[in-house]
Amino acid sequence: MTVFIIRRLLASVVLLFFISLISFFIITLTPGSPYPWGELNPKVSEDVKRIFREKFHLDKPLHEQYGFIMRDLFSGELRSIKDERPVLAKIAERLPATLALNLGALALSLSFGLLLGVYGARHAGRPPDVITSVLAFVFIALPGFWVSYLLAIGLVNYGAVPILGTHTIGVTFANGLEVFLDRWWHVMLPASILAIGGVAVQSRFIRASMIETLREDYIRTARAKGLDENAVFYRHALRNSVRPLITGIGMLLPALIGGAVIIENIFAYPGMGRLGYEAVLERDYPTLVALNFVTAALVLLGNLLADVLYAVVDPRVRLE
Amino acid sequence: MITTTPEPLEAAAASPMERSLRRFRANKIGLCALGMVGLLAVVAVAFFVLDVLGIPWPMDPDATNLERKLLPPDSVNWLGTDNLGRDVFSRLLNGAYISLTVGFVAVFVSLFIGVTVGAVAGYFGKWVDNLIMRFVDAIMCFPTFFLILTAVALVGPSIFNIIIVIGLVSWTGTARLVRAEFLTLRESAYVQAARALGQRGPKIIFRHMLPNAAAPILVTAVLGVPEAILAEAGLSFLGFGVQPPQATWGNIIADGKTYILDAWWLILFPGLAILIAALSFYLTGDALRQAVETRSERQ
Repeated sequence: MTVFIIRRLLASVVLLFFISLISFFIITLTPGSPYPWGELNPKVSEDVKRIFREKFHLDKPLHEQYGFIMRDLFSGELRSIKDERPVLAKIAERLPATLALNLGALALSLSFGLLLGVYGARHAGRPPDVITSVLAFVFIALPGFWVSYLLAIGLVNYGAVPILGTHTIGVTFANGLEVFLDRWWHVMLPASILAIGGVAVQSRFIRASMIETLREDYIRTARAKGLDENAVFYRHALRNSVRPLITGIGMLLPALIGGAVIIENIFAYPGMGRLGYEAVLERDYPTLVALNFVTAALVLLGNLLADVLYAVVDPRVRLE
Repeated sequence: MITTTPEPLEAAAASPMERSLRRFRANKIGLCALGMVGLLAVVAVAFFVLDVLGIPWPMDPDATNLERKLLPPDSVNWLGTDNLGRDVFSRLLNGAYISLTVGFVAVFVSLFIGVTVGAVAGYFGKWVDNLIMRFVDAIMCFPTFFLILTAVALVGPSIFNIIIVIGLVSWTGTARLVRAEFLTLRESAYVQAARALGQRGPKIIFRHMLPNAAAPILVTAVLGVPEAILAEAGLSFLGFGVQPPQATWGNIIADGKTYILDAWWLILFPGLAILIAALSFYLTGDALRQAVETRSERQ
């Protein structure tokens, strides 16, 4: 087990290196100027440009720039072009909100995906399965921003679900529990919308894996010894088909974090996605490099956890 | 006398292609979805041609009419008008080709990269494979939409840039699939024979192995189109899509969101268009997948 984890960690270091390369080169290799002002803006004097270039090491060759950016990133010295605050601090203050939103959406995707997938597999090939299958594709095909607006219209007019921010403004709560509940109440709507696609993807995987398991010999044995169909299905087959629940963690995270950019914008939710969108608008290069790096590293961490978890719950997985 | 010809059974003599076609034809949902894809393509091409020829039908999508702004659907403007009095129905039809062009061309770009990378990794194996696949793993860690947004924002939004960026970002799935197929195909007898005959790598890859991996590649291609359509819609919505005055389904919603409580038709109809287009491609792709899968799920 320890050997397995160490090996995975080593492999992750290699991946992290590639990740750092990619997040750096997206910014440097794309045409377009790295300056917050236009390249040919006559109002900006040569001196200002030179100082700017030196400050952000833009006068150095690419490989040295990469070195500087990574050094600054890891030492926490990388600063935003916009407000000169350390980028890592800006990301850190958005992290709790981002984690609440994405983990909430992940939990919803996995649980409802499991329900929908199991239901589909239970009725495989019959009308309920066909209906849930088509429904799953409708869910995948729904543009999140469109659903957000439709729901927002409905909820503003007829409901009491909060649609802005992370907490009720101007209210002091009696204790920590109420603060906590208030925050979850606010996360709920964006997290549900973010989870729609994930539920559908997850249900497809669970369904396929379930149908595969039902063809196994031991299922035939269980039926042959006279177990009733529910016992075969829920006690024997289900346990061996929940693999997608774990692989789903690694697969869904990038999509969720990416989708959160739009959702956070609509619901004025102060997460990393919104920070990213603001950085894009301001062409804040250091923040963009750091954000891409940190989010990818978070996904990598999620993958790693999934792998370890996978090995823990399934003794058939050999850890060497 | 009434003669009935029995439905031909799945004869062993039928080629895999014929069997797949037969299975696809039996899938009603898949056929409907394919029909919908065809209809969308015809609409997109027709209204693109009308636009180029300058024939305003049903109305000029860019003509403003401030006396008739923000009107709900009626007999003149079938799906209502926007804040500048432009006809939403005409703008929807006119925007169709943007979505489909982005969908198809971006998939071509991503297929080109994905197939090449996957084929090289799968055919050569060993350290080449290892290096390439670690790189692919790293790209897969990035939140795709954020990556696309970053890149498009830096390069500048235009239909060409959007297509290239979406294509450059979304090839990893194809690469993994092609690599997996190639790792298996590499060991097959005909590839060994071709190698024994002294044929060179590229010829073996493209002449012999690629055609045998065509079916799963086709499926991922069809399933990739709606991904690109949704990504473009999201970009347009955030203001980084194809720029106004050109109508796209995403930017009609983006412009309409200011009037959300007064003009629901500006949000509802373009969203439905995106949903229907994406859903048709997904269902077609899924039907194709079921048709080419060697062991059918229903057995």
